[in-house]
Amino acid sequence: MSEGSVWPWLTLFLLGAYHGINPGMGWLFAVALGLQDNSRVAVWRSLLPITLGHALAIGAVIALAAAVGLVIPVGSIRYPVAAILIALGAYRLFRHRHPKGGGMRVGMAGLTLWSFLMASAHGAGFMVLPVVIGIPGTPVEVSAATAAPVGGEHAAHNQGHFLALGGHEALPMGLSATLIHTLGYLLVTALAAVLVYEKLGVAILRRAWVNLDLIWAGALIITGVITLFIGEPSH
Amino acid sequence: MVQWKPDPSFYPSPKLATQAPPEKHAFVVMFNPKLKGKPDALAVVDVDPNSKSYAKVVGQVEMPNIGDELHHFGWNACSSNLCPYAPHPHVERRYLVVPGIRSSRLHIIDTKPDPRKPKIVKVIEPDELMAKTGYSRPHTVHCGPDNIYISALGSPSGDGPGGIFMMDCETFDLRGRWELDRGPQNLHYDFWWHLGYDTLITSEWGTPKMIEKGLNPEILLSSGYGHQLHFWDLRKRRHKQAIDLGKENQMVLELRPAHDPTRAYGFLGVVVSIKDLSASIWLWHREGSNGSNGNWKIKKVIEIPAEPADPDDLPELLKGFKAVPPLITDIDLSVDDRFLYISCWGTGEFRQYDVSDPFNPKLTGSVRLGGIVKKTPHPRNPKQPINGGPQMVEVSRDGRRIYFTNSLYASWDDQFYPEGIKGWMVKLETDPVKGGLHIDPKFFLESEAVLRPHQVRLEGGDASSDSYCYPS
Repeated sequence: MSEGSVWPWLTLFLLGAYHGINPGMGWLFAVALGLQDNSRVAVWRSLLPITLGHALAIGAVIALAAAVGLVIPVGSIRYPVAAILIALGAYRLFRHRHPKGGGMRVGMAGLTLWSFLMASAHGAGFMVLPVVIGIPGTPVEVSAATAAPVGGEHAAHNQGHFLALGGHEALPMGLSATLIHTLGYLLVTALAAVLVYEKLGVAILRRAWVNLDLIWAGALIITGVITLFIGEPSH
Repeated sequence: MVQWKPDPSFYPSPKLATQAPPEKHAFVVMFNPKLKGKPDALAVVDVDPNSKSYAKVVGQVEMPNIGDELHHFGWNACSSNLCPYAPHPHVERRYLVVPGIRSSRLHIIDTKPDPRKPKIVKVIEPDELMAKTGYSRPHTVHCGPDNIYISALGSPSGDGPGGIFMMDCETFDLRGRWELDRGPQNLHYDFWWHLGYDTLITSEWGTPKMIEKGLNPEILLSSGYGHQLHFWDLRKRRHKQAIDLGKENQMVLELRPAHDPTRAYGFLGVVVSIKDLSASIWLWHREGSNGSNGNWKIKKVIEIPAEPADPDDLPELLKGFKAVPPLITDIDLSVDDRFLYISCWGTGEFRQYDVSDPFNPKLTGSVRLGGIVKKTPHPRNPKQPINGGPQMVEVSRDGRRIYFTNSLYASWDDQFYPEGIKGWMVKLETDPVKGGLHIDPKFFLESEAVLRPHQVRLEGGDASSDSYCYPS
């Protein structure tokens, strides 16, 4: 991907929207809490912790990748990422796990934790990661470049980004990626929650709740395969 | 098992569930009270009035062992799979989890592709169940938002405590005991929950040793059977509150919480009061506003008195009392929380109450079939007295049809109906708005040979199978 390209950011935003549309990822919980309390405010209030939990799940994986990137050259980090994505996808394809021990009366902290766990268990962060790796100057690349042996092929390839951005850009880039993704997520989550609560009603679940987990599993696997081919050093 | 759309039998709210199409099949467990010779079976009954085989057994699967005493059973998945905190709506409602209450064996029975040809796909042997859960004598099965929950009457040795264990809804692996802190709870029988309040409720019968050889009059007259109700934090799996109904109220059995998750109340049946042999229905309700904290209270809302009787008409156990107790052994609440149905297994009466105002139930219907003294015949054979009485009751999702069978529990059947119960199943009809009970004269299914029917489950779900996370 070329420097300054809008595409990775747009992709992050759209992935956020895609995560948001999944009923199991938050909006349905907001609707249920609103219905339980017969309160529109309860819908809106629950969106905050649900969104925060999702953002934390995404941010955590990006931070983890950045940390791993300190010791593994950026050219190699895509292999473990691809492996994790394909494994997660295959697992979700054959085994439909759902959280245990949840409940309706979890409170704000509980909702945040729930959203964090749901996103993490679905591999939401890992789905985003290849895009983040592809953005020039993101923490993963920056730190990887820092750690790469001078004169190595990868270091040479990454030098451009590193020199252009500087190490101090790592944190803001990671945060921006998380925020853009979360914005897409929040917009769709809020829209779906309000639409279903105010207009459509939960009867729509019977018709419209297609098995997004299947698509999700497919998306994880495809992203994993693509990841194997991105970031090839260009000579 | 992976579906593209949610299972069509899952409904987000009870109100939507009342629009479900009428059931075409009922699944009924049939047990052999002799515990030898012939194994128990799961029978499939045709309940489609337009079918030629209406009110007949059209399929059956026998258990692999003898002497299980099949009793209660339930689905692997139901409407609670739509709950927002543990959503997995693309699992099929397909398998029946059928415990043997005497053998402690669990059977997983596949009802698809042809509901008339159910097949046993997995058997969990008693040793495994006891080793993995610490319990025995499995009883109530409920499909929960995150697991299948199954109650058990006691420990492997036949003593207390009884409790609940969990099972995966797809692999049917046992996931161990549910309680993390059981507080003072020891006796167990039924359980269900208020999903909107993260509250689970359990009731009390007796330990296996207290019940398996029959009703023990000494234990009964010393108030040794259960008389408490327990409230638990469903999420934290901890005991929160016990309510004592008074020790004269012996055997707190079936629990029927309101289906609407915002309604924090429900009904329970007490089998017998040792003061006057009456039976009663109690309403539990929650004090305070929203949230999972809040005290639960209880109030007796219905009392059904014993009926005077000639000692010559009574079994040994009851001769001295010169009365026949109603014995409320099962109750059921319609999916819209409008009507409560009550089985009086002793007197042979079946009642319907309008519980729109749960604190003030109004009697809207009553029919008699069987009974210890009256032995009221079915309209199909008006001259043939029948025994047993209204017992395990199930109500269709639309609230129009009611089915019940007449046997209680092998060793207890013999004490109250010593001549030996001849098994039957009947169907009643009601108007879901006005109420009233009408016996379908065409539906009188007498079981073959020695087998006795117990719980009924309706294809696609019924009033005591599904729980909901979204209000109507």
